[in-house]
Formats: sequence, C-alpha cells, structure tokens
Amino acid sequence: MREKIDQSQVKKVAKLSRLDLSEAEIAEFTGQLSAILEYVEKMNQLDTSKVEPLAHCLPVSNVFREDFVKESLGTEKTLANAPEREGDFFKVPKILDDSSGA
Amino acid sequence: MIFSRFLRYWMIVRVLEVQKELLEMDCKKLRDEISAGRVRSVSATEAVFRAIEKNEPVIGAYISTFKEQALACASDIDARIGAGEQAGKLAGVPVAIKDNMCTTFGATTCASRILENFQSPYNATVVEKLLAADAVIVGKTNMDEFAMGSSTENSGLKQTVNPWDKSRVPGGSSGGSAAAVAGRMCFGALGSDTGGSIRQPASFCGVVGLKPTYGRVSRFGLVAYGSSLDQIGTITRTTSDAALMMNVIAGHDPADSTSVGEDMAPVGDYLEKIDEPIEGLKVGVVPAFNAGADKGVQKAITEALEVYKKVGAEVIEVDMPHLDYAIAAYYVIATAEASSNLARYDGVHYGHRTKHAGDYVEVYTKSRAEAFGKEVKRRIMLGTYALSSGYYDAYYLKALKVRNLIRGDFSKAFEKCDCIMMPVSPTTAFKIGEKVDDPLKMYLSDIYTIAANLAGIPAISIPCGLDEHNLPIGLQILSPAFSEAKLLQIARMFESQTDWHKKRPPMIE
Repeated sequence: MREKIDQSQVKKVAKLSRLDLSEAEIAEFTGQLSAILEYVEKMNQLDTSKVEPLAHCLPVSNVFREDFVKESLGTEKTLANAPEREGDFFKVPKILDDSSGA
Repeated sequence: MIFSRFLRYWMIVRVLEVQKELLEMDCKKLRDEISAGRVRSVSATEAVFRAIEKNEPVIGAYISTFKEQALACASDIDARIGAGEQAGKLAGVPVAIKDNMCTTFGATTCASRILENFQSPYNATVVEKLLAADAVIVGKTNMDEFAMGSSTENSGLKQTVNPWDKSRVPGGSSGGSAAAVAGRMCFGALGSDTGGSIRQPASFCGVVGLKPTYGRVSRFGLVAYGSSLDQIGTITRTTSDAALMMNVIAGHDPADSTSVGEDMAPVGDYLEKIDEPIEGLKVGVVPAFNAGADKGVQKAITEALEVYKKVGAEVIEVDMPHLDYAIAAYYVIATAEASSNLARYDGVHYGHRTKHAGDYVEVYTKSRAEAFGKEVKRRIMLGTYALSSGYYDAYYLKALKVRNLIRGDFSKAFEKCDCIMMPVSPTTAFKIGEKVDDPLKMYLSDIYTIAANLAGIPAISIPCGLDEHNLPIGLQILSPAFSEAKLLQIARMFESQTDWHKKRPPMIE
C-alpha cells in the first residue's frame, strides 16, 4: 500500500513546523502520520457539500473593551524568563546577513 | 515510664486516625467544619502532606508541591476564622491544580522540558478565584506534555501511576489531578479537558470529572493546546464537590474573550438543587455506539441505566450517525490549533533555548526539537500538514464541516432527551507502555469523550462500577450547553442510589 505521506513531505512539514528532526524521527513519523491520515480520511465517507464549517461552538463575535491605558507587565517581568537578554532586549543571533560587506 | 510511652504511642495513633478521618471528608463537609472552627485548615493541610509523603513516592501525581506556603495560607485562614471573619467558599480546603495553569508561585511546566523553569508573571483566573475563595493550593499535578495524551505517559518530567493498580496508567491528560484526588493527596483538583482529559482520568481513577460547557470557565492563564476545545473543569470525589468548585471557578472573565457572560447564560448556584432529582428524566442512549466498549464496561453502563429506570427515568434510543467520525475530525482540528498555539515556543521569549544554534533559524528548530516530546512533535507535524497549502480543504475544512454535523447530532438528540449517557472510555485503565508506540491506537481510546469538546457541551464522568481487575469504570453523562446545574442533578441521582463513589483504591485502605 502506498503511504499517505512520504519522507520528503515529512521533511517539508518539519521545516514548516520549525522542528529539526533526526532521520530516525522522520522515518518513524512518516509511518505514524500515514496511518493517522489514512484513518482521518474516513471523513470522506460523509457528504459535506452542503455543510458549513464550524470553527467555534459559541456564537462568537469580536469583543471590544474601552480604549484606555492600562498597566502592562513591565520590562523586567516580560524579560524575566528570557533565555538570553541584553539590557532591555531579548537576545538572538544575528538575523541580517552582512557577508556582502554593505 | 511505660505508661508515658504508651500514652505517646496512643496519641500518635489517634492523630493518624483523625487525619485519616479528615482525608475521607468531601470538600463541602471539610469547608463547613473549617468555617465553623471545628476543624483547622492547618490540620487538613498537614493530613494532606502526610498522605503525600506516604503515597506520592508510589503514585507520582505532583510536579511540584508547596508545603510551607500551603501551611502558611491554612494558618492565615484559621486565624481569620478564629477572629470571627467569614471565610470563602472553599475555606481552608487543600486543592491541587494541573500544571498547565499559570501561577506566580512555583514553575508552570505543562510537563514539558521546554517550560521546565518557566515562572509565570501572573496567575490564571481560576487560580485567582481559588485563592479568593480561600482554597489552599498544595501543588501542581503531572499531565501529558501540553495536555496531549490519554495516559499521562507523555509527561516530559515524570511518570504517574494509577492508585488502583500501579502497573497501570492513571489516564490523561489530567492524570496527576485524578491520581492525587483518588490517592487522598488533595480534596479536589482542577484539570483541563480538550478531548476527554478530565473525564477519562477521572473514570480510570474512580473519581468524578466535570468538563463544563466551552466558555463557562475562563481559560485566561491556561496554557493553550486546542483553543476552540480547551476547557478547565473539576476532579473531585463527589458530584456536590464538583458543584462547589464550579461555584468558585465559573463565570465571565474580561481577560478571556471566549468566556460567556451572564447575559447569555447566567452562572447560578450549582449546589442549590443538586439533591433534587429530575422528574420525568429522559435519558438518550446510542446502543450501536456503546457496543464498541469492553464487555465489563458495557455491563456497568447497562446496570447504571437500570438504576436510572428504577428512579423513574425513561431510557430512549437516539440516533447520532456522525459520532463515529469524531476522532477523525478531532485529531485534525486539535492538532491544527496546536500547531499554531505552540509556535510561540521559539527559544527566544521564554522556555528552553538550544546551545547549538548556528543562526537564528536554528534557535527555533533546535530549541523546539531538543525540548518537545515525541507526541507534541507528532501533533505539531500533523496540524501543520493539515493546514498546509494544498491540504487545507481536504483535512482542516472537512473536519470543521464534520464538527458541524456532530453538533447537529447533539441538537437533534437533545430535542428528545435531557441528557445522553455512554461510557467514558471503551476500557478501564490500561497497562503502562501498552499503547505508547502506537499513537493511532491511543487516539482511538478517546472515542466517547471527544464529541463533547467538538460540540462544546458539558459532560461528566462518575464512578459506576469496577471491572474484573477491580478497576473503576466511569459513566459519562452529556447535556446541552450551559446545563451544568441540571447535569449535576442527574449525576447526583445515580450517586445517591449507589456506593461506587465511596470505593477506595486498595493502597488507601
């Protein structure tokens, strides 16, 4: 039987998911995700051409509040859990490539 | 000399007896005794910590406990009661909360290594409400990582076993909360339920688990998994304790825009009418659906229905043709929402950060790969796939349509009956390790609980029997949105006729 999803697709999904998976994990997930997708496709037995999608059970609408200034968390509390910080900032590796020497 | 030694021995025995008696009280009774000044909250809290010292090394229900803080809190409540102050609805009652609810004290880990050292800057609304009601929070309980699982085996931090049989799982994902309540290591607990995560562990551990209507209890400060499905609820030893805890945690919260206001559905008092049976109760059942459960479970459910008939209920068959598709729809919708919710774990703002990143992208990919467990990765992958270009219509949109059909099944059924009864789980607690290598098999065990989350309706699990291995069986009762008060009355009708809720795990005897 053809797998629902192959290893190259799983690698692509891992990239989209921002997960650096090992080759072993890719192989394991390929089989498991295929089995799950195979099962999930039982939904296709149902004709839903005239059914509206239901994203939310409650009749939800936008909830607005008065537009006034409230106290916020503050810099120290916001940064308290940061794995790396520098001054009042979250620290990350360089994002812009400066190899062009611009 | 001999006499004084005897006296000391006798006093110790007496203290232990009193503590054991204390531990058998339900929340309501304990609250009343403490409020009246007949029992001290400090004594109840000490009794709980003695039980934790004794049972926790075997059960492993807690990720963290707060002995000093809890005793200080209890002592403060005792002092206020002693001074004649009116104490809150949970005056001095030691409770536990699942470790996916934010607290400014201790860590909030979600049983994940990615949040192992996370210190929340604020309390979840339910935590604020518990504290305002003078509850004593004794600890935070173990769970499947990010609430993804049905056995608590997916915890990234520790293992919890079932107090009824330590070779078996406590259920999940709120397995720690259920095991703590069953193991007398707290008087009641909060859990969260996205696809059965309160009801199934309650069923496996022989306690009462209530998942309220979506929107009834604020989710502010609950770490998100599947936001359109997640709901905080209670795990207790009795239905009246569920009602009491609901009286504390239910209600609108401006900080959660999906929590429902009084104008749409008033909260009311869940305890007020709990002892009044419902006249002319109509119970719906779906025989073909129930036939999928183990023989022992089926037998207990049939007997439970007989109990209802005996007190005047009418049992009618209802047709719910789309229930069979609930698992398929759920595992697309929940994982899609999870893939989005868990994108926030980036190794930058909080949580685990890799030490091996070459560039900024690797901060994300390696931090997440190093600290997320397998099931979490699997669900993020599945959800990302279901939302990805080219597959969105076939999986995600299709699942939302099936969700509508399932909700329609309930609406139609509730035109004919007050509630629907079915098993909580097709089996009783399974062996540790039995399903870990087969995720689909694990998912399929959620067959009876998932539909309530998809439809957003309340559902409760109450103890209704023991199987041939002396393992608890749960009866599930589902009712229309915002009918928790009536649902609790219906559950109480059974509880008042039977002794199943009084059965204790052998290790507690």
